[in-house]
Amino acid sequence: MSHLATSMTNESRISRRFAELRSSGEMGLVAYITAGDPSLEATEQFVLALAGAGADVIELGVPFSDPVADGPVIQRASERALRAGTTLAGVLSLVKSLRAKTEVPLVLFSYFNPVLQMGLEKFAEQASAAGADGVLITDVTPDEGAEYRQAMSSRGLDTIFLAAPTSTDERLALIAKASSGFLYLISRTGVTGAKDQLADELPALARRVRRVTDLPIAIGFGISLPGHVSVLVGLADAAVVGSALVEEIERAGSVPAAAEALAARVKLLKGAAVAGMSRREPNA
Amino acid sequence: MTTAPQIWPDAKGRFGPYGGRYVPETLVAPLEELEHAYAEARKDPRFQKELDFLLKNFAGRPTPLQFASRLTEHLGSARIYIKREDLLHTGAHKINNCLGQGLLAVRMGKKRIIAETGAGQHGVATATVAARLGLECVVYMGAEDMERQRLNVFRMRLLGAEVVSVNSGTRTLKDAINEAMRDWVTNVRTTHYLLGSVLGAHPYPMMVRDFHRVIGLEAREQILNVEGRLPDLLVACVGGGSNAIGLFHAFLGHAGVKLLGVEAGGRGHALGEHAARMAAAAGYSGARPGVLQGTYSYVLQTPDGQIAATHSVSAGLDYPAIGPEHAWLADRHRATYTAVSDDAAVAAARTLARLEGIIPALESAHALAELIERAPKMPRDSVVILNLSGRGDKDMEILARYI
Repeated sequence: MSHLATSMTNESRISRRFAELRSSGEMGLVAYITAGDPSLEATEQFVLALAGAGADVIELGVPFSDPVADGPVIQRASERALRAGTTLAGVLSLVKSLRAKTEVPLVLFSYFNPVLQMGLEKFAEQASAAGADGVLITDVTPDEGAEYRQAMSSRGLDTIFLAAPTSTDERLALIAKASSGFLYLISRTGVTGAKDQLADELPALARRVRRVTDLPIAIGFGISLPGHVSVLVGLADAAVVGSALVEEIERAGSVPAAAEALAARVKLLKGAAVAGMSRREPNA
Repeated sequence: MTTAPQIWPDAKGRFGPYGGRYVPETLVAPLEELEHAYAEARKDPRFQKELDFLLKNFAGRPTPLQFASRLTEHLGSARIYIKREDLLHTGAHKINNCLGQGLLAVRMGKKRIIAETGAGQHGVATATVAARLGLECVVYMGAEDMERQRLNVFRMRLLGAEVVSVNSGTRTLKDAINEAMRDWVTNVRTTHYLLGSVLGAHPYPMMVRDFHRVIGLEAREQILNVEGRLPDLLVACVGGGSNAIGLFHAFLGHAGVKLLGVEAGGRGHALGEHAARMAAAAGYSGARPGVLQGTYSYVLQTPDGQIAATHSVSAGLDYPAIGPEHAWLADRHRATYTAVSDDAAVAAARTLARLEGIIPALESAHALAELIERAPKMPRDSVVILNLSGRGDKDMEILARYI
């Protein structure tokens, strides 16, 4: 087996997806929803709808009782999911079921405690077996993440870490080194949630990250409108949209209506990503 | 006998396996900034001088160590001494830490202070220090706690602080901390988070302990003066555990001094009915090591890692995790932990009021209730120190139901 073939087979779904986006000159769209809101069955339909509408990567939020990094929209979604009895084990079953139906890359997005209580090894083994591609833990930074990274990477799971506007250049390098699949750049200080405008400092921040890594960069927090996505063209390899989608689920009267609204929103945002890209100068 | 204590935490903020820094990336740089600023301040004699001046002239230190003669006689027990932190300005030990962190905030150039509060004592102390130092102050408080401790809400507002009601989750201290963390993550460049217990990410458990260490340092000197020897037992209530660690720390190297922390046993042993994290031996269920709000320690939680609801008659003990240094002291059997019920705490408050003329905070009454059980079983010439961490004025509406 050639070296090339080996590296191809070892490449994660996430890396492959970003490679395809790069070669087609397209900006990607990462879609976040909270698993189990309002039920795991509904989440399955939502993920299929999001993937069908053009989402490139799906982040499945594992609900937690104390989501300190989240704004009110995702807090409410977590509460609904927990009231519906959602557990991490249930979310892993959902991943397994989804993997039989779609090849869309799936990232598990969680706070640390549920994963820790399952056990790092057991979680990694089950997530990998179910067909998850990557993991992002909101409250674990590379500084505290050595054991966690080891457990995930030994099962072929990408570890995605967050970079923030407060991160020093030294920390950005640390974060880039610890990340695989992509790097998630938080657009502003604050919790998750839609905002009217993106931070003025964002272009400079994105350039600082670009200087320390070749990994794809996804930018999230505060992105809800096509206009936001257009602004990111040229700065990011993907835009992450979360609270705006969760809000669609909250607003919709039924699961089918929510699935439809999610698909419509993703089409709109993905459209902005692609259109913005085509307007760019070649090699800009 | 004196043994040299190992200095905890280590460079990564670990007390053995406990502690650490589990926060979103946005907070790492500010925590590092705080850690460095504190390390500098600690070495700066001018900072220590200014803090000592305020502790003495504004807060009222040193606090007395009072021999509780009537309680001792009534119980026919070991000699009971009470460390009177309730006599401090604002009515509880909390002001020690608030002055320290307040001065640190000024030193760091932060103009805005945020805090969480459970019983309201930390909120009042923070609002007081913010007023004294001319800083803007916002206090997050669970809606349920605002109801049961509304006198403290009035005090904070009178002192010029904004009190924000938190309606998420269990509407108590844990949720107030979540909301304060969300504020901090948003306004981190201008704001200092004045965390009120030995909880949260490094350097908070270490720094808050250091600012309360004065309690034990004074008590050690005072007891040596009156008894000519070290005490046999120290007793303190433990929510996050700041008053307890403040009293215990100066005695850690004295192996003969036993340390006892008393948690909230609430109204039963089942998960959700209590706030006892370290008292599994006494039948309280649901605590395992886990990560909550920045630190790894014992946490009351469900089997799949969701943080459990807690109950205590005292808002200041009504919290699902214990400070990481306490978890480490328990693992090493250097300190022991137990829990007493709501009813026992209320009864103890009444006993102290009638025998010693002191109305204790319901938090401190938990420690007292355990002491009332234990002291009579000890030799009569042994010596016990109880940390009376706060006064009970704030609890009058709850106590009134039991009179």
